[in-house]
Amino acid sequence: MSILINKDSRVIFQGFTGQHATFHAEEAIKIGTNVVGGVTPGKGGMLHIERPVFDTVHNAVAETEADVSAIFVPPPFTADAIMEAIEAGIKVIVVITDGVPVQDMVRVKRYLVGHDAIIIGPNTAGIITPGECKVGIMPAHIYQAGRIGVVSRSGTLNYEAVEQMSELGLGLSTGISIGGDPVNGCDFLAIMQMFEQDPDTDAVLMIGEIGGSQEVDAAIWAQAHMSKPLISFVAGATAPRGRRMGHAGAIISGESDTAQAKKKRLAELGVYVVQNAAEIGKTIKDQIDS
Amino acid sequence: MDIHEYQAKEIFRSYGIPVPEGRVAHSGNQALAVAEELGGDGWVVKAQIHAGGRGKAGGVQLSDSLEAVQQHADRMIGTRLVTKQTGKAGRLVQRVLVEQAHNIDAEYYLGIVIDRNSQRITLIASASGGMNIEELAQISPDKVVHETIDPAVGMQDFQCRKIATKIGLNGKQIITVARMMKQLYRCFRDNDALMLEINPLVRTTEGQFLALDAKMSFDGNALFRQADIIDLRDFDEEDPKEVEASGHDLNYIALDGDVGCIVNGAGLAMATMDAISHYGGRPANFLDVGGGASPEKIANAFRIVLEDPNVKAIMLNIYAGINRCDWIAKGIIKAMGDQRIEVPIVVRLAGTNLEEGRRILEESGLDYIPAERLSDAAKKSVAAAKGTGV
Repeated sequence: MSILINKDSRVIFQGFTGQHATFHAEEAIKIGTNVVGGVTPGKGGMLHIERPVFDTVHNAVAETEADVSAIFVPPPFTADAIMEAIEAGIKVIVVITDGVPVQDMVRVKRYLVGHDAIIIGPNTAGIITPGECKVGIMPAHIYQAGRIGVVSRSGTLNYEAVEQMSELGLGLSTGISIGGDPVNGCDFLAIMQMFEQDPDTDAVLMIGEIGGSQEVDAAIWAQAHMSKPLISFVAGATAPRGRRMGHAGAIISGESDTAQAKKKRLAELGVYVVQNAAEIGKTIKDQIDS
Repeated sequence: MDIHEYQAKEIFRSYGIPVPEGRVAHSGNQALAVAEELGGDGWVVKAQIHAGGRGKAGGVQLSDSLEAVQQHADRMIGTRLVTKQTGKAGRLVQRVLVEQAHNIDAEYYLGIVIDRNSQRITLIASASGGMNIEELAQISPDKVVHETIDPAVGMQDFQCRKIATKIGLNGKQIITVARMMKQLYRCFRDNDALMLEINPLVRTTEGQFLALDAKMSFDGNALFRQADIIDLRDFDEEDPKEVEASGHDLNYIALDGDVGCIVNGAGLAMATMDAISHYGGRPANFLDVGGGASPEKIANAFRIVLEDPNVKAIMLNIYAGINRCDWIAKGIIKAMGDQRIEVPIVVRLAGTNLEEGRRILEESGLDYIPAERLSDAAKKSVAAAKGTGV
C-alpha cells in the first residue's frame, strides 16, 4: 500500500514526445512504473519509446485504461491539458510544468468541482512510491521503500530530506511534492488525510515554507484527527519580507507567513518541529525511536 | 510584476473606472505646466515609486498654488524617498503624478486578490478607507467585507450590490459603485493581475466616486499573453543585479550577509540560507539556478554572486534531480576559468551523475572545499567567510 500511485497504476505522459517527458518516462520505466503510453496532439498512431502515442487523452484512456497522467506540456497549454485529463477520467494528474498562470489554475480548480480526480502541482517534482511507481522528476535511487510518508512543497528540499532519511535507514511509503504555487491541486491537508488512511504509513514528514497557511491548516486537522506522528520543517527563516522566494507562493505578506510564526504555531498544535534543515533525518529517527 | 500608480490609473481609465484628472511630470517645470493645464485651485503632487507608505514619508503633497506644485515636484524628483516599505536606501524618484485635488466626503477601501484559502478571486471592501487593510482585518475583522467570485460565471451584479450595501452605501451610490466593482473585476481578470487595490476610494463633496490611489501587480507567469503589461515594467525600480540574473534565467535576491549561495530549487535555496544562519553565518543572497542548469548558467551565477563586495565565501549546494552534477562541475570550472575568484568556494553536490561530477572537479585541480552533506557544507562556508579556516 501507499497513497496515490502504486505498482498497478497505469501511467500516461501528456507532452509525451518532448525531451523532458521522454527522459523522465524512461527513468520511470527503469524502476518498474507501468507507463502505458502518452499523448502528443498530431502524433497519434506513432510509437515512442516502444509505447503508443495518442492525439487525445480520451483516446489514450479508451485504449490503455490509463488512470494516472504526468503533464509536461508548456505553461500556456497546461490548464487545457489538465482539464483534458479530468474530462477523460484520469484519477491522479501530476502537473510537472513550472510557470502556469495563477488565474488558469483558478479556472482549473473550478472545472475540477464535481469530478473525481486529484491534481498534484503544478510546479511539482511529482510522486514516488519507492520500488513501485514514479510519476515525476526526482532521482529515484535515493528513495528507499519504507513506512514514512513525505510531503513537501519544494522538490529539491524533498530530495535533501530523503537523503538524510536514507542514510539513517528510514524509507518512504510515498513521497510527494505538491509544488510551490499559490493555487494548486492538493494542499498539505488533503495529503495528510490520505497518509492517515494508509495502513502502510506510520509517520508523516511535512516540509513547508513561508507564505500561506496550509501547513498550519494541516496541523490543526492533524491535532484533532491524526493518529500518526507528524514531523515538520518550514523553510525560509532567513527570507526577507515582501519578496517572492523563487516559488510563486513563497512570499511573506504578513506575520503569520513567516517561518518562525509557522513553526511556533505547529509546535503548539503538537507537531514535532525540526529547527535545522540539516537535521531533518535525525529528528525523524529520534521521534520514531522515542 | 509591479507598476506605478499613474500606469494603474491609465488602465483604470480604459475600463471606465473614474480617477482624478492628472498627468505625469519629470521636472518641476513640467509639473507646473500640467497643473496649469488641469486648472482649478488645488493640486496633489505624488512621487511615483513602487512602494507604499509615500504619504507619511512626504511623497504626497497638497498644493494650493502653482508655485507650490513646482516646488514640491522639484524637491521630490531626483531625491531618494524613504518609506517604511523601501528600506533605508529608499527609492529614487524620477517622476511625479500631478492631479487635481478634491474635497473628500468619505473614504472607502476596494481591493481584489487571489485568495489562497478559497483558491479563487476575491473582492475585499471596507468603509474604513486609507487604512492598512491587513491591520484592519486583524483589529476589526467585522469592518472588512470579503466576496468570493465563481470563475465559471465571473462577478455578478448582485454580489457588487451586496458589497456596496455592506460598506454602508445607499441610494444611487449602490449602483455607481457596483458598476465600478464589476469593471475592476474585469480589469483584474483580463490583465492577469495578482493584486489590485484602491486605497482610498473616495466620495467627493460633489458626490462623485474616484479612485484616489491605484495599485496593481501582475502574474509574471502570465506575461507571455500580456504584451501591453510587459511594456509597463520599470527596470529602474528593480535591483539591477536581480534584473541581470533574471535575464540569465536565474532567480536572485540580494540580502545583507557575507556567504554567497548558489542552489537549485527554491525550497532548498531557502533551507541552505537557513542552515548558514543556523551555524552562525549570514547568507548574502537567495539564488535558485532552476532545473536544467547549463555550465554557462552556473558560471553566470558565480559572476552575479561575486559582484556583491560583501561576499567572503560561496556555498554551492546542488541536489540534482532534473539537473546533472557533471554539468554543474563543468560550470564551476568555467566560472573559475573566466574570472579570478579570491573567496573560498564550498561545493556540495548530490543526486544525478554525482560520481561523474566529482571526478571532473577532482581532475580539474581547482582550489575548492568539498562537502558531503548540507550540515557539513554550511559549517564549512560559515567558517570560510569568517576566515577561521575549515
